[in-house]
Amino acid sequence: MNIAYSTELICFLILSAVIVSGSLAVVLLENIVYSAFLLGGVFMAVAGLYLLLNASFVAAAQILVYVGAVNVLILFAIMLVNKKEKLKPIKGLKTRKLISGGVCGGLLILLLRVSITTKWNLPGPTSIGEEATERIGEHLFTDYLLPFELASILLLMAMIGAIVLARRDISISTGDINDFKNKKSLINKKIPLLSENSLK
Amino acid sequence: MLENSIGPVPLQAYLIVAAFLFCTGVWGLINSRNAVRVLMSIELMLNAVNINLMSFSSYIDGSIIRGQVFSIFVITVAAAEAAVGLAILLSLYRNRVTIDMESFNLLKW
Repeated sequence: MNIAYSTELICFLILSAVIVSGSLAVVLLENIVYSAFLLGGVFMAVAGLYLLLNASFVAAAQILVYVGAVNVLILFAIMLVNKKEKLKPIKGLKTRKLISGGVCGGLLILLLRVSITTKWNLPGPTSIGEEATERIGEHLFTDYLLPFELASILLLMAMIGAIVLARRDISISTGDINDFKNKKSLINKKIPLLSENSLK
Repeated sequence: MLENSIGPVPLQAYLIVAAFLFCTGVWGLINSRNAVRVLMSIELMLNAVNINLMSFSSYIDGSIIRGQVFSIFVITVAAAEAAVGLAILLSLYRNRVTIDMESFNLLKW
């Protein structure tokens, strides 16, 4: 075993330990802010796994989209709805957790059994290297052109839908915003996150 | 099998990590009471699927790498899903003033 093999093995072990412990912490921790930051760590570790699999472009896309966009979006959502509320205790919550834990453990055992006992017909990992980005581009513009265009339409629809759903009902008049002489006017108005009629 | 693979890490190791990540995501999806944590669990599950696609693409598909293209599409859909999900969460919070999943039972018979 030469040094490249052992380095790759050590990197894989560290990354998978980060993924496993981080995902458990995301699900189990009480404080949701810690969960959100650990989720970013899990996304970074998954990007590291992609680098081990010779996929630098997808690793970069993973970091840009997940860590840069999705995780920041989740943090903003936590800040917007962060209210300390006492959760009502529910009857049978413990048994529900135990039963679902059993179901998920069974699913895990099933998946492990399938992945270990199947005889995969492996040619082995191909080190395609820098060519991967070109290949992805060729795929996107030849045989996966229709899904690519559909993805752009999907992103447009998601953007408009998010704006429409998260819009506040109260409208701020543009005269207030453009009022440069007394800049404090918007701050003094104290526009609430919750609209008046929703609190009633 | 294992001796055929060139690298030191077998394909099964990636599949095991992905299976663990997926099952953690399913457990969190069922048991979380905070609505933001439910969205985080969905992201975990999507990442597990992505790891599977990428490892099969690297180990089996050779230099065609169709799995990488698929995982890019999955990343796109995940971004759209996160945006719409958090917008729904915000409007739910405006209407109900809570993010406890147990209080969203309007459609329960």
